[in-house]
Amino acid sequence: MSATSATAHAHVEPAGHHELGFVRTYMFSTDHKMIARQFLFLGLSMMIIGGLLALVVRWELAWPETPVPGLGMILTETGGILEPSQYNMAFTMHATIMIFFVIMPILAGAFGNFCIPLMIGARDMAFPFLNMLSFWVAAVAGVLMLAGFFVPGGHAAAGWTSYAPLSAVPEYTGTNWGQNLWCISLFVLGISSMMGAINYITTIINMRAPGMKLFRMPLVVWSLFITAILLLLALPVLTSGVAMLLFDRTLGTSWFKPSGGGEPLLWQHLFWYFGHPEVYILILPAMGIASEILPVFCRKPIFGYHAMAFSMIAIAFLSWVVYGHHMFVSGMNPALGMAFTVTTMIIAVPSAIKTFNWLGTLWGARIQFTVPMLNALAFVSMFVIGGLSGIFMASTPVDIYIQDTYFIVAHIHYVVFGGSIFGAFAAIYYWFPKMFGRMTNTVLGHLHFWPTFVFFNLTFFPMHIIGVGGQMRRIYNPMQYEFLQHQQHWNVFITMSALALGLGQIPFVINFFWSLFAGKKAPLNPWNANTLEWTAASPPPHLNWGPTLPTVYRGPYEYSSPESRDDWLPQTAPPVTAAGARRH
Amino acid sequence: MLDWWLPENVSTYGAEIDWLFHLIYYITGATFVLVFVTMLVFIVMYRDRPGRTARYTHGNTPLEIAWTIVPALILVILTALSVPAWSRIKMQVPASDFDVNVTAKQFNWQVGYPGSDKVFLDEMHVPVNKVVRVHLRSQDVIHSFFVPQFRMKQDAVPGREIVQWFEVVKPGKYEWPCAELCGFGHSGMRGWIYVHTPEDYAKWAAENLEGKGKQ
Ligand code: HEM
Ligand SMILES: [Cu+2]
Ligand SMILES: [Cu+2]
Repeated sequence: MSATSATAHAHVEPAGHHELGFVRTYMFSTDHKMIARQFLFLGLSMMIIGGLLALVVRWELAWPETPVPGLGMILTETGGILEPSQYNMAFTMHATIMIFFVIMPILAGAFGNFCIPLMIGARDMAFPFLNMLSFWVAAVAGVLMLAGFFVPGGHAAAGWTSYAPLSAVPEYTGTNWGQNLWCISLFVLGISSMMGAINYITTIINMRAPGMKLFRMPLVVWSLFITAILLLLALPVLTSGVAMLLFDRTLGTSWFKPSGGGEPLLWQHLFWYFGHPEVYILILPAMGIASEILPVFCRKPIFGYHAMAFSMIAIAFLSWVVYGHHMFVSGMNPALGMAFTVTTMIIAVPSAIKTFNWLGTLWGARIQFTVPMLNALAFVSMFVIGGLSGIFMASTPVDIYIQDTYFIVAHIHYVVFGGSIFGAFAAIYYWFPKMFGRMTNTVLGHLHFWPTFVFFNLTFFPMHIIGVGGQMRRIYNPMQYEFLQHQQHWNVFITMSALALGLGQIPFVINFFWSLFAGKKAPLNPWNANTLEWTAASPPPHLNWGPTLPTVYRGPYEYSSPESRDDWLPQTAPPVTAAGARRH
Repeated sequence: MLDWWLPENVSTYGAEIDWLFHLIYYITGATFVLVFVTMLVFIVMYRDRPGRTARYTHGNTPLEIAWTIVPALILVILTALSVPAWSRIKMQVPASDFDVNVTAKQFNWQVGYPGSDKVFLDEMHVPVNKVVRVHLRSQDVIHSFFVPQFRMKQDAVPGREIVQWFEVVKPGKYEWPCAELCGFGHSGMRGWIYVHTPEDYAKWAAENLEGKGKQ
């Protein structure tokens, strides 16, 4: 009832805002939904660059020191053959771009901005201007990062982890302004993330619609809330770290250089104190997205809502005390390694709880295999594999052997691609109708999902095998090692799968742009979902709802409830029994 | 099944690492099968069909408790098994009269023996069945001493000396790559460790370590 009345008003409201010019509407907009779209476009365009870099890396590993197709145009001197330093640059920038300019902008930037106000019933973020600034500062960081490709000496080539002193002394890599720009860009990006985080936290605490108690919030909002807290506390550590690194490189300080009395391990402590919460910044929103989409297409409530929220809170606390598992063999006191193995094993428990609750949600469901649902199911299953491989590495003795091998690379990609990227795809297909007012094409959606799912596994699963075989990460040519030669056929297989995985993204690009301009007009609530965003117009106008904000009467996942004749019961529908007494 | 992926192990503690590896492999493997079979069964059984209604339930507290405690117990056991092995490998360096100095640099291993001032590039010679203590240093960036068949890995950090050990049970020639990105020549930074019978080692030492120490 109130769902329809809210939208009726929505049509009245935006009229006054149409006078904003192009610049204020599309570029320097303070509307959280436009900022969300900007972050989405930033992330998706950077994904193309990051993806191409990955294919260059893979080509080199399968067919070392042969010309990379298409690269001859850029590397004219070698005819497209990668040099070792260029290879190092390629994987460094692949990871840097994917983590900082693809996953963070899409999950935290785009969906954080889009979902939070719409799903808690707020008209916008608490600080709309700060929000706009947060995007433009991120865009500047992106430009600075891309500029690094064009400076003499090439871009940063010390890995996304940029271990000092390799990264701290230009002579060690031959990289000069590339690494400096890497530091500056991440510094600037850190400021953007902090602005975003302050906004998200304030908005969620202060601007919930009447009736939207904390434990009536959709789990994706919970996940973004916790992500924002982690961002706020973790990013300053990276920001200080990269500033110190930049000073070591340019001003002659010696934070990390032993030659001047500095300590290389200090960098690792700073980096991973940020880095481990960071991996949860990458995965938590995807966990929230899966928890949001599963109930809708299972047509039943999420299993264990409180367990889901509390396990995320547990992760938020534990993620500060596990970071040393990245440093087991770094030379850190081995007694510390012992402590970190205990905490790391503990942090696997909340992940297990979440997985079992997702399975519980499937139990007894009525599963509709829509494209967002397929991606959410892929998220759950791939996250399981990534979580299980984490246990090998959490066991310190085993980690001695597999650390810095392809086993780690497999783990990373099962959690970050299998987890975060499938989560991002699920979110894009699910909220596209609300975001852009048009439906995506289902056939193209399947044509995107299935190849992506199959070739993702064919690409990354064998990496466990070559990792167990001992292949190190970050090497230019596996054939230089006798003990790796017998498994080179796997590298060829992986690269061919990766190329197919890349091609599998073409239907997505077509679907995205075709739907944007020519997709079927989206109805108000195409999925019959309960949460508040589906009571606003598609796309929602400026300020989201008409004069009255929605009132919330219940939790977000009342599907197939006996209280309702439909198999869904919006958060805004007044209770049947109390309705007569309280309203009208 | 992973046996044919792991390179053959030739060190004493390597066997312990492999044992843990396989234990975790079977535990995670069983979990994987359990979760995937459950998921597939649910996906097939509970797919949307005409007439099907979803079960209205918000959860089940005994189940929540069970699936918190069971994984927690398994992980506690794994921790209890990992910690002592870790301590034996990394914390309790056994007494030995055989020491080797290794100083990494971009992009070589430099090996020296006490009592000799010869430096060997990218090769190390040691006797079999003897605890070898490695004094690991780096003169420029971080490198990582990795011998896959010894299951041994330790970063070499400039500015500090880290003492590590291994004991090999089978003579042979073992590949010794650097496992930490150390610059453009990282790939291909690799040495060989020659593990000799005691007699062969004595012969090698006599010929190569002039003014040699106690060995
Ligand atoms: C069950 C939970 C998990 C456990 C026990 C776990 C454990 C570990 C350990 C011990 C390492 C260090 C391995 C090494 O370098 O030797 C590691 C690396 C890593 N993990 Fe996890 N992990 C878990 C979940 C996740 C999640 C959810 C993510 C992210 C979305 C993630 C992302 C990463 C990344 C990116 C690295 C590699 C960083 C690098 O060296 O470049 N992990 N994990
Ligand atoms: Cu971690
Ligand atoms: Cu090295």
